[in-house]
Amino acid sequence: MEELLEILQEMHPDVDFELCDTLIDDKILDSFDIVELVSEISNTFDVRIPAEAIVPENFNSAETIYALIESLENED
Amino acid sequence: MQTNLLEYLEGTVQRVPDKPAYVSEREGLSFLEVSERSRAIGSFLGRQGYRREPVVIFMRKSPYTVTAFFGTIYAGCFYVPIDEEMPAHRIELIFENLNPRAMICDAETRKAAENMPYKGSIYQYEEICEEPEDKKLLLDIRRNALDIDPVYIVFTSGSTGVPKGVVACHRSVIDYIEQLSKVLNFSEKTIFGNQSPFYFDACLKELYPTAKFGATTYLIPKELFSFPVKLVDFLNQYKINTVCWVVSALTMISGFGVFETKKPEYLHTIAFGSEVFPVRQFNIWKDTLPDASFVNLYGPTEATGMSCYYRADRKFEPDEVIPVGRPFENTQILLLKEDQTLAAEGEEGEICIRGTAVTLGYYNDFQRTGEAFVQNPLNTSYPDIIYRTGDIGKYNQEGELIFVSRRDYQIKHMGHRIELGEIEACAAKMDKIRSVCCIYHKEQEKIILFYTGEMERGDVAARLKEALPRYMVPNRVRKLETMPLTPNGKLDRVSLEREYIQQINKKKGE
Repeated sequence: MEELLEILQEMHPDVDFELCDTLIDDKILDSFDIVELVSEISNTFDVRIPAEAIVPENFNSAETIYALIESLENED
Repeated sequence: MQTNLLEYLEGTVQRVPDKPAYVSEREGLSFLEVSERSRAIGSFLGRQGYRREPVVIFMRKSPYTVTAFFGTIYAGCFYVPIDEEMPAHRIELIFENLNPRAMICDAETRKAAENMPYKGSIYQYEEICEEPEDKKLLLDIRRNALDIDPVYIVFTSGSTGVPKGVVACHRSVIDYIEQLSKVLNFSEKTIFGNQSPFYFDACLKELYPTAKFGATTYLIPKELFSFPVKLVDFLNQYKINTVCWVVSALTMISGFGVFETKKPEYLHTIAFGSEVFPVRQFNIWKDTLPDASFVNLYGPTEATGMSCYYRADRKFEPDEVIPVGRPFENTQILLLKEDQTLAAEGEEGEICIRGTAVTLGYYNDFQRTGEAFVQNPLNTSYPDIIYRTGDIGKYNQEGELIFVSRRDYQIKHMGHRIELGEIEACAAKMDKIRSVCCIYHKEQEKIILFYTGEMERGDVAARLKEALPRYMVPNRVRKLETMPLTPNGKLDRVSLEREYIQQINKKKGE
């Protein structure tokens, strides 16, 4: 989780990612951020996020993003 | 001879009045409805006495917005689209430049409109779109209209921090739409999936050909451009066959591996532009849709939308660049060297554009207009205006134009044209900031702002978001102890770039 928060904090130092659960709904993450985030996550956690998993529900908070990463890690 | 853009709509509404013209998820309008609403708004504005002046359109992006544009043209005025997400400061600067007397908002933007530093009249779309039509008045306005009268003003980034309002007239837009339609083979069967916001000239590609041919444009919700599978589902659901998108929207679909499970079933025409298409991603598209036609477009807002095209009808080698190609008919490219003579094959020169599509210039700004819209140096006999793009190009062996670089600090980021100077000017205004420098990292496509001063990174980022349009907000903000300078005291961008690259490489190695 620490690593994920670090990635997010780099992108938006003004956002409290531990609290925010409307990252998509409030347009905090835009399409550029999603592209970057997906690539950073696959590099850092060594998982591949399939296109079908790139949906708003999975990206609304650090928690949901982390849950996605964990579910992908468990698949291996 | 066609002299007014509205003739497109007027011909089509006779032919296919009930066909859907502009459609979003929430609403849709047929050509008859578009015509009725546009004429109603035109009659209303005309009765208020507005003529040949800017009308600000401050509405949520929807099919209705298009009728506010057309209505403004019916009134013999020109529309200036302002985005609901545009920061207040930018809107202030635009208003200072325009000094407008009329604004059209809608129910959702009404409150924000009333809070603007603006003294003119505010009209709410819902209240004026069913005003009685005044045929005689509209005819009278049309009789007085010229094809050199402006249609719209769109604002583009200015290096000093003040945006520039590009003014385009009927004649230029008609020329552009005719040539673009020929190159991309638009027809009544065309079904567009619109991506670009309405406050840029990029949306001309869908709005006017739709009116010209009786085609249909679907406005794709912006959020879908973050979620590639949903985006492809949308294209298939509405049988979209033609897209004119920024490259980043296309590479998001191919880069996330969407094509492994599904592909756009109806898409046969894919136009892209405004930035370089990474060859690897392009080849994925080409493999997935081998029969589709791919066209690279190039051109600045100052020459109305796009000026050049290249049919990318093959796959490319990894080290190749997709060419800019050649100009549309009735447009000429002059590749001018520093000595103001034409560049030969292989030589670099500034891309300069000549033709009807060159716009009228920057609104209320003769100085900056005069710097970029200049007398053709090859012609000393009569007035002959060309637009200097500031882009450096060269011809390849096939005689096709290739984009090489920029002459200044203007960048293309996610399809948006941005002056790094505008971002710097914005950051430099903050109280506790001593010095700033902005660079663009091409490979990562990131805007990085360096600053020195007493402010925390989070606060700087928050202030930037308040003051700049979202697409201009730096992707990274870095605080420095001291700003590196060159021996003659200028900001040392090269060493900042080097340092940034070292930093990320070091991080990768960890």
